[in-house]
Amino acid sequence: MKGHIVIDSELCKECHLCIHACKKGLIVPSHEYNSRGYRPVRFKEGEECTGCALCATTCPDIAIEVYRE
Amino acid sequence: MKKVFGRPKSMKSNIFHYCAGCGHSLAHRLIAEVIDELDIRGITIGVPPAGCAVLAYNYFDVDMIEAQHGRGPATATGIKRALPDRVVFSYQGDGDLAAIGIAESFHAANRGENITVIFMNNAVYGMTGGQMAPTSMLGQKTTTSPAGRKNVLDGYPIQISEIFAQLPGTSYIERCTVNSPASILKAKKAIRKAFQYQIDGLGFSMIEILSPCPTNWKMTPIDSCRWIDEVMTKQFPLGVIKDIPAEAAKARKEGGQKP
Repeated sequence: MKGHIVIDSELCKECHLCIHACKKGLIVPSHEYNSRGYRPVRFKEGEECTGCALCATTCPDIAIEVYRE
Repeated sequence: MKKVFGRPKSMKSNIFHYCAGCGHSLAHRLIAEVIDELDIRGITIGVPPAGCAVLAYNYFDVDMIEAQHGRGPATATGIKRALPDRVVFSYQGDGDLAAIGIAESFHAANRGENITVIFMNNAVYGMTGGQMAPTSMLGQKTTTSPAGRKNVLDGYPIQISEIFAQLPGTSYIERCTVNSPASILKAKKAIRKAFQYQIDGLGFSMIEILSPCPTNWKMTPIDSCRWIDEVMTKQFPLGVIKDIPAEAAKARKEGGQKP
C-alpha cells in the first residue's frame, strides 16, 4: 500500500468534490449521518491508494489527511 | 507512513461555517499554507471583509482586524504604514471590493500601497442571499434579477482586475480559480508570489479568485465548478494580468546578457 487517507467525518460536508477528484474512484458516498446532519464520504478500505493528495487538495473543509510511504 | 497533507498550522481547528463546496474555505486554506511556507505567521495581520468571510478571524491563527464594509484596503493601509515590517493582507469578496468598497480599494491600489488583496469573485452577494453583484454575468439569474441580468437595466459585469491593472500604482495582479486540483495549486502559487512581493516591498498586489457558490447559484458543487469553466472564465479570463517585478527582472536579465 503506497498511500492512505483519513477522512474526518465530522468535518465533511458531502460536497463530493473529492469523489470527483479521485482518479481511482476510491472515495464513495455513505449513508450514515454525522453530528451536524451531513453524510460524510467514506474511503474504500483495502484498495490501492497512491497518496496523490488530489482529494485533500480539492477538499474545502480540510477533512482529509494524506499519508504516504 | 509520513503525513504529506494536513491542516496548515496557521489554521485553527474550528469547523468552517461555509456551505458545502464553497471556495472561501479553499482560499483560506491556501493563504494559511502560504503563511506557513513563508514562515510569517508571527508578523502577518489579516483584514477580513463584510460578507460570507466576515468570520475569517475564527479560522486564521494570525492577528486579524475586522474592517468596516468595503474598507479593508483602507484599514490595511493604516496598519501597513504604522507597522511597515508586518505582512498585511486584505481579504474581500465581490460585494465588498467591487460594490461598496470600490472607492477605498481603487485608491489604495492607485497609491500603490504595499499590501496584498485577496479578491474572491463569486458573481453574487453570498451572505445576504444571492442578490446580483456588480460582477454577476449577463443573463445570470439571481434573487434581484429573476429574469437574468440585463445590460440595459443593470450594466455589465465589472472586470476589477483589468481596471486595477490600468493603474500605475499596482505591481502584480493575477486572476485564478479554485475549481479543480490543478487550478487550486496555481492559485496557491499566485498567492505565494503576491505575499513574497509584499515582503520584498514591491508594492500593491491583488489576486482575484473565481470562487464557486453552489448555494446561491443553485447548483451542486461539481456543477458550479463546471460553470466557472464554461461561463465565468469567458467573462473573466484567467492568468497574470500585470506583473511589473517579473517584467523588470526579465528586462534586467536581457539587458545584462548584452555584450
